[in-house]
This record gives sequence, structure tokens and C-alpha cells, in this order.
Amino acid sequence: LAPRFEADEASLVTAVRAGDAAACEFLVRHYGPRLLSVARRFLRNQEDAQDALQDAFLSAFKCIGGFEGSARLSTWLHRIVVNASLMKLRSRRNDSEEPIEDLLPRFFEDGHHLRSPAEWQEDAETLLEREEIRIFVRRCIDRLPESYRTVLLLRDIEDLDTAETARLLAIEEGAVKTRLHRARQALRGLLEPRLRRSAR
Amino acid sequence: MTRWIHCREFVEFLDDYLAGRLAPEQVEEFNNHLSGCPHCVTYMKTYQEAVALGKGSVERTDEPVPGAVPEELVQAILAARSKK
Repeated sequence: LAPRFEADEASLVTAVRAGDAAACEFLVRHYGPRLLSVARRFLRNQEDAQDALQDAFLSAFKCIGGFEGSARLSTWLHRIVVNASLMKLRSRRNDSEEPIEDLLPRFFEDGHHLRSPAEWQEDAETLLEREEIRIFVRRCIDRLPESYRTVLLLRDIEDLDTAETARLLAIEEGAVKTRLHRARQALRGLLEPRLRRSAR
Repeated sequence: MTRWIHCREFVEFLDDYLAGRLAPEQVEEFNNHLSGCPHCVTYMKTYQEAVALGKGSVERTDEPVPGAVPEELVQAILAARSKK
């Protein structure tokens, strides 16, 4: 069955809609690994990510009747797991905004940089060819305070626009813009010590 | 005469500048600042590199994808589906 489903998305969708057990199992096994890594990106621990994946698949089984086929099945499932991950985050979000000031650039009273920004060793495209740099950057993203990291993931990684991000997080568009800019500044600050030219 | 902005203001509104959300007279102020401040030129460049690195590091993920869902979780999902 698996090769047929792999080659023919429409027949997989039809079979899942009909409640075909083998098709449902194929769906979980085939799409699960990539979706779990998406959930893991939003939720910093494996247990929460697994819970979100389970919630996502149960939503998908329930809503597959509404899948119109205008998007790819993988894209549709991706959106569902992002939503499930955000729901999980929201369920344990506390109201206090985590501080990010320590990660932002500082200035003298007259408005000049307190520390001169450093040039980096190479451009992003060249740096990204190195696996240890890719791992380092992902760890730096994980170090961002949650409310900022989530906005950075939705805007810069998932490529959602400001309005959609605001809707998903139930916050104002202005807050999305502010958090995104701060998250990017903080990420830049976390990357600098290792990537500055003199640190080679 | 164009107002002179400081590095703090440049950095605070850098995303608006890069996204083209500033008024023409503000863009001129920012351009003037950049032409006289190598620190902010470097800051802007590395800010853009940080965005590109964030995106690229996730897109080129090295996490092992095949087989990453534990068998117990696959079974739990399928069992929960059958109960519904």
C-alpha cells in the first residue's frame, strides 16, 4: 500500500477520509518525522513536541474532510502542527513577559554604540555551509525568550506575515513588529561573539 | 536641513528602514547617518546576516528526520484515532 500512497496523494486523502487504517498509519509514519521536527522547533522539549504531534494528527484525521487539495498535503499538515504547537505554548504561557534587554545592543547616553559592532568572518551563505555553524545558530534561536522566539519562528522561518502572526498569537500587530525586531537584534547579539572576524 | 539621528535611533527603527516603512524624509536622515557611521553600517549588515542565518540554519536542518517518531507515539496516535 505504501508505494501507492506515496505516489498518489489524492488516493491517500480519499483512503484517510474513508477511515482506512493502513492509510492513517501511512500518514503518521510518512509525515510524522518532519512534523515532529517542526513541533520541536516551537516547543523546546521532546515531550511537549510529541504531545503537539499527537494533537495535530488527531485534528488532521478529524478535519481531513475539509482538505481541498489546493495546497499540498504536507503543507496542510505543516500548518496544523504549527497550530497545535502554538496551542501547547499558549496552554502553559505565563503572563509575565520575559526580559530580553540583556541581549539587546547598548548605547552611551549620547546615543552612540557602547560597543562597536564587529564585522563577521564571512557572509551568511558561506557560514551556512558549515554544519557546526548551523547547529550553533539553532541553539542561539533556542536561547531567545519564548515570546520573542515564537514571533521570529513564525515571521522569519515560517514566512507568515505580520497580520497572520498576530492572529495566531492573539496579540497586536505592533507587538509582533516590536518583538520581531528585538528577537533579530538579540539573535545578532548571541551570534556575534563566535562569528566576529577576530574570533576565527 | 536634514536632522541628524543617533545610532540608538538608527538601530531602534532599523527594521522599518529595511522594510521601506519610513517616510522619504526619514529615509534621507537614515541614509545620511549611514554615510557617516561605519558602526551602524556594520550593525545593519550583521543584522541582515543574522536574519539570513536564522532562516538558513532551520531550512537546512541536520536533525535526523527518518524514523524520528518513536514507535510508542505512532501506536498512541493510531489508538487515539480508533477511539474517536
